[in-house]
Amino acid sequence: MIAYRGGAPVLATQFLRDMHRVVRALGSCANVLNACTDRYHFTVGFAATLVAGKVSLLPSTQTPAMMRQLLEFAPDVRCLTDDAACSIELPRIPYPADEAAATGNAARDGATAVPLIDEAQLAAVVFTSGSTGAPLPYRKSFGKLMQCVREEAFRLGLAGTRPWTIVATVPPQHMYGLESSVLLALGNGHALCAERPFYPADIAAVVHSVPRPRLLITTPVHLRALLAAGVALPPTDGIVSSTAPLPQQLAAEAEQRFGTHLLEIYGSTETGQIATRRPTQSPEWQLWPGVTLSSSGETSFAHGGHIEQRTPMCDVLELTGAGRFLMHGRVTDLVNIAGKRSSLGYLNHHLNSIPGVEDGAFFHVEPSAASHTGVTRVGACVVAPGLDSARLLEALRQRIDAAFLPRPLLFVARLPRNSTGKLPHEALRSLVAAQAK
Amino acid sequence: MPDKVVPLRQPVSPADAATLTREVAGLIVEALNLDIAASEIDPDKPLYGEGLGLDSIDILEIALVVSKQYGVQLRADSQENEHIFGSLRRLVEYITEHRTK
Repeated sequence: MIAYRGGAPVLATQFLRDMHRVVRALGSCANVLNACTDRYHFTVGFAATLVAGKVSLLPSTQTPAMMRQLLEFAPDVRCLTDDAACSIELPRIPYPADEAAATGNAARDGATAVPLIDEAQLAAVVFTSGSTGAPLPYRKSFGKLMQCVREEAFRLGLAGTRPWTIVATVPPQHMYGLESSVLLALGNGHALCAERPFYPADIAAVVHSVPRPRLLITTPVHLRALLAAGVALPPTDGIVSSTAPLPQQLAAEAEQRFGTHLLEIYGSTETGQIATRRPTQSPEWQLWPGVTLSSSGETSFAHGGHIEQRTPMCDVLELTGAGRFLMHGRVTDLVNIAGKRSSLGYLNHHLNSIPGVEDGAFFHVEPSAASHTGVTRVGACVVAPGLDSARLLEALRQRIDAAFLPRPLLFVARLPRNSTGKLPHEALRSLVAAQAK
Repeated sequence: MPDKVVPLRQPVSPADAATLTREVAGLIVEALNLDIAASEIDPDKPLYGEGLGLDSIDILEIALVVSKQYGVQLRADSQENEHIFGSLRRLVEYITEHRTK
């Protein structure tokens, strides 16, 4: 059993047949943007891309500006999509229509050997938004990706056990979803669930529809929504949260109401996952074996183990012992909205690239007390006498992910820059406060 | 869903609908921290994308407001979902039809 779609099992033989159909559909391009929204389709596409010796490109967002940059990086890139209304501006390869599920002997006919992939093969290139407007590529070999999720399986109690079913509320196109909802299943004999439920009632229904033991891969935003919505929560055998720190109280409530334990994963696009903790037991994170952290000034660097290159981490980390650390919030420039990461520098670059914008700066916004999801946004101050809010937002929508569209967007006469051209945080905060009155 | 036969319910007076529309608009503005007044939301424009400019995180936030306030659980697999967020007016109609409190 490799997957569940609509509650029905998909056998490994079906998966292999589907994979070979997609290999044929991919043709001669060397790079694939896998935009499939059905997690089973994505997984078939990812495996087909590997088997065909091609590379999966995983950009942080799918805006027109990012697609142009992706074309510069890999001019032959094709977009594999299962959405007839796909609006991604790249040459497309439609995902082949699903076959009717074969049963009995027919399911075993045409069974193909499970392909072997060289550990050194380049499996994926993932992109971060960088801080200057240019996305930065990070290369992931198949071996390092699998090394990482073998440890994840061990941490979660999913190594060498009977098959689990993995339900995820996150997309497979980002590192957390790729590792925890696709590779964790493929690499350890577990089944993934094709759906990506969104509303609390949907998440509860999908979890309920798949066999136990079952694991829920989710985020603080979805967990908070699930606990707040007043839906009946099905018994679950493990919960994983990542993308942002989970408050200890929320973790305790989730463990109590789902009747299971909750593990948090710490990682980044650059490094993949590198540490776990159980927040109800300890605030300390335990690093993956072989991974080490070293500090230089305020910045911590991760290296070793499955990490491809020494990487500065975006959070303020305090080493507390061998393989252990505490996290003390983000580096000021970093923006994390419901797991989508960017930086004020990147957003400012794009804001100031818009014709008619004379000056502009993004800033962090305090959370609204009325919010149930606890998501905080970014705002922006802009000097653009010839533009109105609708036109400016439309131009930004072409450049940055919609999650980072400024709220509020404040038009001002000038920004309070000092004599060296820098914009002190305090001066910007005073300007925003004055505008709000 | 324009062609669907709506089950018979207590008729809703235009005044009640207007009151509920104002109330829902107010809840949305408050929960999403929008820098517009509730009365500025055009009841016939889409709530997401290029209308009010909301994204999926906002839609989740609205779903929670609606479940807490009116006892309505939204589902993505219902065909109606895109319709419901097609405008404030349709969201209010859906709430009116399905509210349990």
